[in-house]
Amino acid sequence: MKIIDAKDITAAVRGAFLSACIAPGEDVAVALCKAENEESSPSGREILCQLIDNNKIAKDEGIPSCQDTGMAVVYLEVGQDVHIINGLVAEAVNEGVRRAYAEGYFRKSVLTPINRENTGDNTPAVIHTDIVPGSGLKIIAMPKGFGSENMSAIRMLKPSDGREGIEEFILETVRNAGGSPCPPVVLGVGIGGTFDYAATISKKQLLREVGSVNPDPQLAQMEKELKDKINALGIGPMGLGGDTYCLAVHIAQFPTHIAGLPVAVNFSCHALRHTEVTL
Amino acid sequence: MRKITLPMTKEQLFELQAGEAVQLSGTIYTARDAAHKRLVAIIDKKENLPFDLQDAAVYYAGPCPTKPGRVFGSCGPTTSGRMNAYAPKLFDMGVQCTIGKGPLSREVIDSLVENGAVYFCATGGAGALIAGCVKSAETVAFPDLGAEAVTRLEVENFPAIVGVDAKGNSIVR
Repeated sequence: MKIIDAKDITAAVRGAFLSACIAPGEDVAVALCKAENEESSPSGREILCQLIDNNKIAKDEGIPSCQDTGMAVVYLEVGQDVHIINGLVAEAVNEGVRRAYAEGYFRKSVLTPINRENTGDNTPAVIHTDIVPGSGLKIIAMPKGFGSENMSAIRMLKPSDGREGIEEFILETVRNAGGSPCPPVVLGVGIGGTFDYAATISKKQLLREVGSVNPDPQLAQMEKELKDKINALGIGPMGLGGDTYCLAVHIAQFPTHIAGLPVAVNFSCHALRHTEVTL
Repeated sequence: MRKITLPMTKEQLFELQAGEAVQLSGTIYTARDAAHKRLVAIIDKKENLPFDLQDAAVYYAGPCPTKPGRVFGSCGPTTSGRMNAYAPKLFDMGVQCTIGKGPLSREVIDSLVENGAVYFCATGGAGALIAGCVKSAETVAFPDLGAEAVTRLEVENFPAIVGVDAKGNSIVR
């Protein structure tokens, strides 16, 4: 059994958000450069150039690449042999978020949904906890911007809709979203499970290295085909026309009920930011 | 790349074509969801506005707090469509251009044409780059709204693309 102090969770979450909110990772940088080389639209190239410059400025100067430093999403993979002492996990995580957003001069974007009263410190975080084998605690910090979150969609398809129906729903979601989610985007897709679980696995797909090949050959093929079909719509960077709308489509599937076919599409803008720490 | 000084003359404004890349210099005002709600409430009550909307440039943005030693926090554009319910009233009050990202509704484009205004698209997510174009910043209304307060910015060479021109031509999807 491993003992982990809640104070160490706070410190890890603080550090992870201080890093994650600055700029997306190298995988996004590589994908943006590749897109800029291949983009045929002049305005599209101009926008991709600005984004490459922007992310460099953010890293060099230690300021957020995007002012929407998101709602704090935290994934905890807790080894089943871990024992946490000196505090509650959720409080420790929220304290880390609170400190990072204050010290980093990040935007506090979280408020009560109906009365729109800002909580003032970007808490609470949305915390997903998985119990996993072993005695480690992996923490993934993902500041999630809402320009892209707002365009996400879920639909309970009929089993008869099949693969074709899934693809049509994804394309329809993209057409409805247009330039609003700050393309180029990455699409996380979750197929199966229940209403909520399809959304959960769709968001988790955003943590994959951008453009990594799906180990499931069927999904790998769907990802490639969908990416090409989506980019062929011509919506382009920022919706101003061009070849680059999505940098990658990442799909997960999970067994579902004989009566159902849930499909969730979660957008991330190009500011796809996440940092992982293991205690 | 056309360089534009704000406010524009009507002639300059009508020369702009949808799709054209520009650099904006001059005064712009940040305002997003909550500030728009308050501005429209003031307009509806015919009370005095906290800043003059005649020929104003309204930038749909909610910046990060300013770090010590810097002019302004990261400040890319936010989604313009969320201001659809408010934009026509601001054009009616004389706003000559809005700056944001993403498409506008038919009603907003009609109002923009009727009032001879223009819509610029800035690059969503380019918050650090755009912060570098800000030469000075001053809160002019609703400081209690934090990131959603109205801030007067003096900008230099702020990169944008004409999304909807004064004739109503749009390249935004």
